[in-house]
Amino acid sequence: MSIFVDETTRVVVQGLTGSQGRFHGLRNRAYGTKVVAGVTPGKGGQDVEGIPIFDSVAEAVAATGATASFIAVPPRGAPGAILDAAEAGISVVVCITEHIPAKDEALVNARLSRDFPLTRLIGPNCPGIISPGKCNIGITSGDIALPGGPVGVVSRSGTLTYQALHELSQQGVGQTTCVGIGGDPVPGSSFVDVLTAFQNDPETRAVLMIGEIGGDGEERAADFIASSMDKPVVAYIAGVTAPPGRKMGHAGAIISGTKGTAKAKMEALSAAGVKVAKNPTEAGELMVELVRAF
Amino acid sequence: MDLVEYQGKQYFARYGMPVSPGEVADTVAEAEAAAERLGYPVVVKAQVQTGGRGKAGGVKLAASKAELTEHAGNILGLDIKGHRVRRLWIEKATDIAKEYYASFTLDRSAKLHLAMVSARGGVEIEQVAEEDPEAIARLHVNPLDGLSAEAARDLVERAGLDPEARAGAAEIIMKLYECYIDGDADLVEINPLVLTTDGQVRVLDAKVTLDDDAAFRHPEWAEMENFGESTERERLAKSKGLSYIALEGSVGIIANGAGLAMSTVDVVSQVGGSAANFLDVGGGADADVMANALEVINLDPSVRSILVNIFGGIVRCDDVARGIVKALEQVDIGSQIVLRLDGTNAAEAHRIIDEAASEKIISEATMLSAARRAVEIAAGTRTEGGSKL
Repeated sequence: MSIFVDETTRVVVQGLTGSQGRFHGLRNRAYGTKVVAGVTPGKGGQDVEGIPIFDSVAEAVAATGATASFIAVPPRGAPGAILDAAEAGISVVVCITEHIPAKDEALVNARLSRDFPLTRLIGPNCPGIISPGKCNIGITSGDIALPGGPVGVVSRSGTLTYQALHELSQQGVGQTTCVGIGGDPVPGSSFVDVLTAFQNDPETRAVLMIGEIGGDGEERAADFIASSMDKPVVAYIAGVTAPPGRKMGHAGAIISGTKGTAKAKMEALSAAGVKVAKNPTEAGELMVELVRAF
Repeated sequence: MDLVEYQGKQYFARYGMPVSPGEVADTVAEAEAAAERLGYPVVVKAQVQTGGRGKAGGVKLAASKAELTEHAGNILGLDIKGHRVRRLWIEKATDIAKEYYASFTLDRSAKLHLAMVSARGGVEIEQVAEEDPEAIARLHVNPLDGLSAEAARDLVERAGLDPEARAGAAEIIMKLYECYIDGDADLVEINPLVLTTDGQVRVLDAKVTLDDDAAFRHPEWAEMENFGESTERERLAKSKGLSYIALEGSVGIIANGAGLAMSTVDVVSQVGGSAANFLDVGGGADADVMANALEVINLDPSVRSILVNIFGGIVRCDDVARGIVKALEQVDIGSQIVLRLDGTNAAEAHRIIDEAASEKIISEATMLSAARRAVEIAAGTRTEGGSKL
């Protein structure tokens, strides 16, 4: 099994006629994902390599039965696009857009939790979600993932996720699902949301978690792991040497005062029984070792 | 962007918050002229992006021209925690009866805005939170509901502000919220918010961090001077669309993706070295991007070796390799480059690098071995390929 998406997921790409949307939307289809529609207001009736374009998500859903959305529109349009998807009844919304203003993200999250509690937002500013061999929504290269499980992957970072997938796949260790929750201060889905789903997924037998400085998502994950998970977790946290007060690339990756340090996160995870790796390579090795012992 | 005090106060004033009259001064003569206009006594305040200015001697009261001349002269050029003072804010002095605290920021876990108000102002709020957490009244604000006048009044009461300050403080908190939301700030903080001896509530210091991602709807931000200690390299990197942060070590870092770049800095430290910078080239590591990145790092005199760490997902390693080879033709790189390329088309990438046979490039298979090699070269314990170090 996989979490959030599977081989039946039908995807509408919001912004399919743009360069990013087209490039990644077509790659996702080539991977085998059911990309059934695109949405670009004013371009309804056109198509992108056979994928029909609609003026609104609601029309796309009515015509194609889309259940998930891939949002590849610029920051100014992305918040509205997320809410359009939710209003149209989409259950999983994946938003890769970077640089959405924090106020807009807070407002979108407030709307989702009040009016559309069943819509799951993944991102923004994330690589997306891939369930190897079944469904790939976003910008992850399908080549580096390996179907069949038993590892679930959840991460705040893009390239570190790719590296982790690659190392696991090269050792023959497959993944059930890999979820990039994104590097913004307020992700739609948190570590705890994704860990909960992995805990409930019978095919996921271990979880690799990649965090970074900033916020307290990793500490909350540690509490959840200690209280509610019986599956083993391996973690890696980036930013041990990051100076306070500087955003390390991601909007959410900032140590403010004494909060959000890598050290505090690693200690919290260790105390929760998580195997904490010193670097991404070691994280891969620890996971391979763990899976081989199953 | 972090604003300095006077910029923050000017930003607050746009939203109707009461700030004391003041003027900026970059020289002692300008400070004297400003003080004459404002009338003594005045406060001379260093405008730097750091806390603890008072303790460092960066804030002084001047009751006369003689005192002002002395203080302005001493404070201009002062080094406060590595920040050189090049601008002063000369402000009409305030007779303070009480000092409070008020701020808005985003509570990331609750996904809601968070107001904090305390009757214990004038000290670091982290210190208050540690010593006496009860002294801080908190209120989560759902952006769909906004902040009501009633909630603001309740908040100042819960915080234990003196009765005569409550109405004025609640009004300021309403405006502070408007500034935080409409002004697209990540943080707005008034510390201290004061009650004057004649019963007025005023903003005495201002800390504002603007959300750079919202710049598109704030054309007025373009006119604000950035007092962040950005170096020539940081400015160049920004103009080239690279995410660059100067650090203090000797190994230059180039990586794709914020997480991998951060991780590379960490691994360099784990193997006994230290990184000269954080640099994320982002998703498109083509020849131009690599050339720009190498150019920025090349400007750093403390760099002794350069570690390029690229993981190819959709970015193909062979494209990156061609980019680096081309970049070496465009930029005269002063240090040796240790290259780790892995992921999509890595084998082809290594063939391209071998073929180029540049003395400047050493390939390593893993992040760890590449970091070790770069650190050894930076330390001068190992040289390779005949390159001068």
